[in-house]
Amino acid sequence: MSTDSVHIASKRSYFAIFALLMVCTYLTWQVAFFDLGVFNTVVALGIAVFKAVLVILFFMHVRHGARITWVVIVGAMFWLALMLTITMSDYLTRGWK
Amino acid sequence: MPETHGTAAAGHPAFAHQFASIEQQGEAATLGMWVFLVTEILFFGGLFLTYLVYRTWYPDAFAAASHEMVVWAGTLNTGVLITSSLTMALAVRAAQTGDRRSLVWLLMITMALGVVFLGVKAFEYRTEFIEHHVPGSAFEFEGPYVRQAQIFFSLYFLMTGLHALHMIIGLGIMAVMLWLSMRAPVDRTHAIRIEVSGLYWHFVDIVWIFLFPLLYLIGRHVH
Repeated sequence: MSTDSVHIASKRSYFAIFALLMVCTYLTWQVAFFDLGVFNTVVALGIAVFKAVLVILFFMHVRHGARITWVVIVGAMFWLALMLTITMSDYLTRGWK
Repeated sequence: MPETHGTAAAGHPAFAHQFASIEQQGEAATLGMWVFLVTEILFFGGLFLTYLVYRTWYPDAFAAASHEMVVWAGTLNTGVLITSSLTMALAVRAAQTGDRRSLVWLLMITMALGVVFLGVKAFEYRTEFIEHHVPGSAFEFEGPYVRQAQIFFSLYFLMTGLHALHMIIGLGIMAVMLWLSMRAPVDRTHAIRIEVSGLYWHFVDIVWIFLFPLLYLIGRHVH
């Protein structure tokens, strides 16, 4: 991991990730034309999260990153999730009787 | 610790003496950039939260307003940014292998793609100005959602505007990296610089990955 010298990924792996990202973009665009109710947003955000994870792990090299980098990223995701969940748990339940 | 790198880098002016090795220096630089990116994630996170709250309140108005987006331009720009992330990743690789020629070319292609993105974005803004979709006294929107649609367009201009500002800053960083890549030695310390700049560039790509479906695609299935 972190103590090894820099890991150099193959060009082929970068092109493979790029192709996967392009396929996902095409999918998210096509799916948007079908009426899936609330699942339109779920699918769109699901694909977006998947794409973001690909970029972070492979293009940003977090896959071979130091453990402290992982801690910082996971910490950020935790605080982001906290902000989104607590706020939305208020707004989404205001109509409840 | 790897003495080979330590001795190889010892005489290099960019190797800072407080680090045990060049690897450690690279890790510290990467960590520093990530700590900055975390503040950026929460900065944009607040805007995404605002978007979510208003969309929960006015789902129909948001779908109707989103339907007015130039969807081909948004899709094209998504492709452009993903391609620029590929060329950026390849540029980092070229810096790691010490291939100056490829590095310079890939940085130039990455910057060109960034400029294409901003050009398409400018075309979209122009279209929205012409169609009176800019919030304010001249705002026009057909149907019952005039006021709520303004909220959508306010968020649209704020979020894409802030994103475009990050693109411009990214282009500035890449311009400096290009200049350094043409004259400084392409060694381990230079590879660290390119890698850290690349992290910023990829982050800006990730923000767009979320902006694209949320702003352009939510009204597609309503005709």
